Amino acid sequence: MAEKVTQVRVEEVESSTGVPITVLRYTGDITSASKAAVLGTYQGLALGTKRILLDFSGVDYLNSSGIALVIQLMIAASKSGQLVQTFGLKPHFIKVFTMVGITKYTTLHPDEPTARAAFPA
Amino acid sequence: MDDETKKKIELQLPSRLGFEKVAMNTAASVARMMGFGEERIEDLKTAIAEACINAMEHGNKLDETLAVGVVLSMDADSLEVKVHDTGSGPEGHAAAPDIDRKMHEEEGARGMGMFLIESLVDEVEWVSSPCTGSYARMVIRLHPNEEAEAIVIKRSDGGKRG
Repeated sequence: MAEKVTQVRVEEVESSTGVPITVLRYTGDITSASKAAVLGTYQGLALGTKRILLDFSGVDYLNSSGIALVIQLMIAASKSGQLVQTFGLKPHFIKVFTMVGITKYTTLHPDEPTARAAFPA
Repeated sequence: MDDETKKKIELQLPSRLGFEKVAMNTAASVARMMGFGEERIEDLKTAIAEACINAMEHGNKLDETLAVGVVLSMDADSLEVKVHDTGSGPEGHAAAPDIDRKMHEEEGARGMGMFLIESLVDEVEWVSSPCTGSYARMVIRLHPNEEAEAIVIKRSDGGKRG
């Protein structure tokens, strides 16, 4: 049985105050097989990227190995001085992210407009 | 209801990542038929998926010739799931992940599976048996609060029944 391969689409958008935001839109499963999609895509972002928005609204299955990849992305972003906001997680995964403490390092927003607005100008 | 009168479903999964979803979806169907709410079903799905992944990775070392056994046992008020592998079982208990230590790379980003299992089900035990294989046993209850109240009542009257 194949896992649903993680797909990721990178989009450049702006917040309501006009600041540029790089959105990583994931679909499929996020598991140990998602390293290229999660970390590889992050590493390929343009130099100078400052604001990253993670969109999980197309993700149905996310396990602890997948969460570990998200944490690794956040570690790398923190080292680079980038700000990460998150939205689109299903209620169960909001609970799981909260349980493991990720909410200390990123805010889990209910929708994209709220998440975009959370980036300071 | 004793073990023999419980309704059982048994699965044998190859030790290949991705197959945990078979156990996860089977358990979700059973739990739905038993009347569990969607939130509890999501908890159960994550707990079973993590137990199967542990069994495949750590118990069976991803050797696809070794099976992970999953046994679902239903009774009137609870669903018990046992996940068997051929390993010697986990060492110690699940520590809560320390996100600060992870973010500062003082501990690995992984290693949250057992913690999630323990947090999401009503009862869990890890049975280590190097000779015959090991298993994780998880239970979710339809009415966990009533069960907890019954335990409190039992303790408060010294376990005596009127």
